[in-house]
Amino acid sequence: MNVPRHWRETPERYRMEAAKCRKCGKISFPARLICPECKNKVFDKINLSGKGKLLTYTIIRTAPEGFVDIAPYAVGIVEMKEGVRVMGQITDCDLLSLKTGDKLISRFRRINEEGKTGLIMYAYKFVPDVGI
Amino acid sequence: MVGIIGYGTQIPRYRIKVKEIAKVWGADAEALSKGLNLYEKSVPAPDEDTATLSVGAAKNALARSGIDPKLIGAVYVGSESHPYAVKPTGTIVSEALGICPHVHTADLEFACKAGTEGMFIALHLVKTGVMECALAIGADTSQGAPGDALEYSASAGAAAFLMGTKNIVAELVDTQCYMTDTPDFWRRENAHYPEHGGRFTGKPAYQKHVFGAVEAILEKTGMKPKDFDYLIFHQPNGKFPVQAAKQLGFTEAQYRYGLLTPTLGNTYSGSSPMGLAATLDEAGPDQLILLVSYGSGAGSDAFVFRTTKHLLTNRDLAPRVRKQLNEHLQYLEYGEYAKFRGKILKPE
Ligand SMILES: [Zn+2]
Repeated sequence: MNVPRHWRETPERYRMEAAKCRKCGKISFPARLICPECKNKVFDKINLSGKGKLLTYTIIRTAPEGFVDIAPYAVGIVEMKEGVRVMGQITDCDLLSLKTGDKLISRFRRINEEGKTGLIMYAYKFVPDVGI
Repeated sequence: MVGIIGYGTQIPRYRIKVKEIAKVWGADAEALSKGLNLYEKSVPAPDEDTATLSVGAAKNALARSGIDPKLIGAVYVGSESHPYAVKPTGTIVSEALGICPHVHTADLEFACKAGTEGMFIALHLVKTGVMECALAIGADTSQGAPGDALEYSASAGAAAFLMGTKNIVAELVDTQCYMTDTPDFWRRENAHYPEHGGRFTGKPAYQKHVFGAVEAILEKTGMKPKDFDYLIFHQPNGKFPVQAAKQLGFTEAQYRYGLLTPTLGNTYSGSSPMGLAATLDEAGPDQLILLVSYGSGAGSDAFVFRTTKHLLTNRDLAPRVRKQLNEHLQYLEYGEYAKFRGKILKPE
């Protein structure tokens, strides 16, 4: 991911900032310009709670460039408490005991870096919600 | 009245035992563990660093305080392992917490004392009425050179303290500093690992400054060691703080809650602040706490806090330190640890 795009997406990547439609209440993540439900264009910014449950996942064993050192790792779709579905990496977990329906919580982590001298990119990942 | 209105910590879930490190270097694990009162240490995951641990700790402090992040006027991150040489950690943390843009931030460095430096500044900015709330964080993912004595203790963790004037959980009673130029430990620009001035560790460094700060704050406040319910000293290992406490006339009952190093390791800037958090987890209302940090180079900051009744309701709003320290652990072998910490040389 390039630097300008990472910077542009900071609100959603750093603090899971979503848009809540002021007319019908639908939450969009990432934020949208037009509500997909009622076509309204006025939103309130909210931060997702970070809490959700695992809907489905896969384990990446042959990782793309930049992620080779952390393979194998899990990527899943998480249904957030607020109803929206979010894709993200699941870390700090035992890959063999991961299962759909698991309670997860978001954490602010390093996602990638542009080599050893380039920008460090941070964003949310998910970890098992075990109360720590 | 000014004081702590929320506190929180973050500890990685990975651990390595002292005996696993000793095995690789042919060292006597039992003698090391007994001599230093040190058995295992935390290890950050490859995707954790000072910024991520700071955010985790600060989120817990915010949860405990219940305040709107926009009320925070300053964010100070003390660390000797900031992710960048040039680019502040404070901006990353403030952005992730939703505090930007009306905020003053600074990254502080003073070996293991950088965390309490931020606390000192944050408390006094609020006390003088410059701002309503200020956030201070001590965090590190420190490294010791492979085979060096520091490799057994250098660990990772963060503690965050939100300072304010309303719903205080621990009121600030007084502060005192003790500082001299001492060559006990340093790391030059571009050097991967720190160096330490062997014989300068211990007596002319840790002991002199911790004792100096304690004696000065006792004199300033007119208090005696027995007046305090709890005590937290900087903990480079499990031996130094216990020795110093006993020599100064404190007892185990006073330091036991705050002594984390035996199974956490030395979290550098996070060390004594995390001990304070662990003590707040257990303290009752209207109790006196003495916190004394130590940073090589060298200096100590001393703080006296008095807990309030708000502590009892506030502390259940985020995980306690001992829970983060003792639950859901994953132990690493030395090879995995070396990979996690980037100690393995790979082709470019
Ligand atoms: Zn709508």
